[in-house]
Amino acid sequence: METILFVSPVAADGTLAKASLEALTCAKTLAEGLGAPLAVGLYGADVAPAAAAVAACGPVFAVTGEAFAASRYATDVAAMEALAAAAAATIVIAADDSRASRALPGAAARLGGRIDAHVTAVAAKDGAPVATRGYYRQRMAAELTRTARPWCLTVSGGCYAAYDGAPGQAAVTAVAVAVTEAMTRTTVKAIVAPSADEQTIRPDAATLFVAGAGWTKKQADGVPHVTEAGQLILGFLGKAKASLGSSKSLVDMGGEGESVLPFLTHLHQVGQTGATPRHPKGLATCCHGEEPHVVGWRFITERRAVNLDASCGWAQGKADVLYVADAFEVMRKINELLG
Amino acid sequence: MFHIVVCGGIVPDPLQTLEPVKGPAGWGLKNELMLPSILDPWASHALYEAAHLAKSAPGSKVWLVSLGPKAKLQQVMMTVAQKAPFELVVADGPAGGFVDSFEVAEALFAAISGIAGLDASKLLLFGGWQSASRGSGSTLQLLGEKLGIVDQFQGVDKLTVGADGSLEVMERIEGGAYQISACAGAPAVLGWATGELPEPPNNPQVGMANMRLVMPALQKAKPAAINAAAIDYQSVTLPAQKRETRVVKDTPVDDIAKEIIAWLQS
Repeated sequence: METILFVSPVAADGTLAKASLEALTCAKTLAEGLGAPLAVGLYGADVAPAAAAVAACGPVFAVTGEAFAASRYATDVAAMEALAAAAAATIVIAADDSRASRALPGAAARLGGRIDAHVTAVAAKDGAPVATRGYYRQRMAAELTRTARPWCLTVSGGCYAAYDGAPGQAAVTAVAVAVTEAMTRTTVKAIVAPSADEQTIRPDAATLFVAGAGWTKKQADGVPHVTEAGQLILGFLGKAKASLGSSKSLVDMGGEGESVLPFLTHLHQVGQTGATPRHPKGLATCCHGEEPHVVGWRFITERRAVNLDASCGWAQGKADVLYVADAFEVMRKINELLG
Repeated sequence: MFHIVVCGGIVPDPLQTLEPVKGPAGWGLKNELMLPSILDPWASHALYEAAHLAKSAPGSKVWLVSLGPKAKLQQVMMTVAQKAPFELVVADGPAGGFVDSFEVAEALFAAISGIAGLDASKLLLFGGWQSASRGSGSTLQLLGEKLGIVDQFQGVDKLTVGADGSLEVMERIEGGAYQISACAGAPAVLGWATGELPEPPNNPQVGMANMRLVMPALQKAKPAAINAAAIDYQSVTLPAQKRETRVVKDTPVDDIAKEIIAWLQS
């Protein structure tokens, strides 16, 4: 009999992040499929609000204290290890966010278990848990299972609906973790994030706007129009509240001394060596290329592209619609119509 | 001064078309040994950052530890060795994506444990935060635990070393934001994202210096014990990606813009 533990840090306000609630749905679905008990493991300064929110899922184990408020490997991994041990978990599921995915592998090591990260589904098949995840940057997918326990898994965002059960009175079991000096050698100094107006990476946006290197190339008049390109892109992002992705070639141009869009960083890069974001819609402009680029919108549901090349490798067979047109003119008009 | 161990595997050149096949040793890639390979992109960034750090911290040294088939590693090193000075340590074994990260960590731990003169108190364990093959995002943490290192960072884009050897680390977190952490100093694990440094140009002199150590390292590489049955793969498939693309040509910009807006707002 498996015992499934959903484990998560809680935010500063005591709540669970959306990615964690999605992973909880995954854990709950698996538990129901296996007919196995589900427990919840929470850690943070104060877990009471989160515990109440997930009270209907099962018993809650909690590691609390100021030391566990920070996103720090040493304390996070100790908390996860203690929670998994307290729950006698055979399967541990967490969100694939930066904090949990950094620490869960370490917890797996300490527990003598195994880990598979970035899974997109975990289902019960013939009474056994089977995980699905991508390989070679999502260029192939595999279904896998293991006999080693505990089996730890992190679940990619956007694969499950966020848990939305009724809150209640949780039965919380406190789990003690001794915080040693060696565990606090690292301290979090700051979170650096662009202001809301400057924010161009929006994981929850409905649309991903992908900018390719063509935006900085010479246009029909024989000269590049990088400044206008930046204005058009930022104008669209502001009006449509879309998230921005970029091809590697465009990001790399900055390092090579070419004229680039100043707001682009490696964080915007999608594709083989960048992110593989999940958005319902994707609009690619001035992109070109084959497989490595397409990886960037592997998880974009509806895809359209604007490009001057009708045989564009980015779009043919990969986009639903390819508009053969000048992206400058199209985006200028779109921004105008969006007001 | 630091002792920087960079863990980096080799992956197929991203431009190659990949097809999974199941062989007697488990899942792999069709014609895997024929595919041109490169050093994993994120591990490359780790190596460049390590070389830069070693240069700025006198007395530091860089080791590149890699698990892979010797013949393929030798090919890749012909290029990589020209980029930055390092000493190669090889664990001879599979480099494919279907190997368990735990098994890889075991093999890397064995290789690192055999490095003569490595000072654990000065150790900075570098690598990519994920690979372009397995993409597990867990190997470095597992390895760090084996080495007893509890200060770990993933998705690192910037490392600043203080005069007292303390570390300031900038890690990627959600929503295009960074977390800035301060660490008392080595030992630490850093899984690099893109870093700050571009790919250095080839330097034949660096390459010649490196290759003097690369060839002996390849010759004395020990076979890594990898348990191919650690993961029970029930299926490995290429995702169906083919779409019927509707090509809209010779259409006024106004009409295209209106159609896109209607689609965005639908």
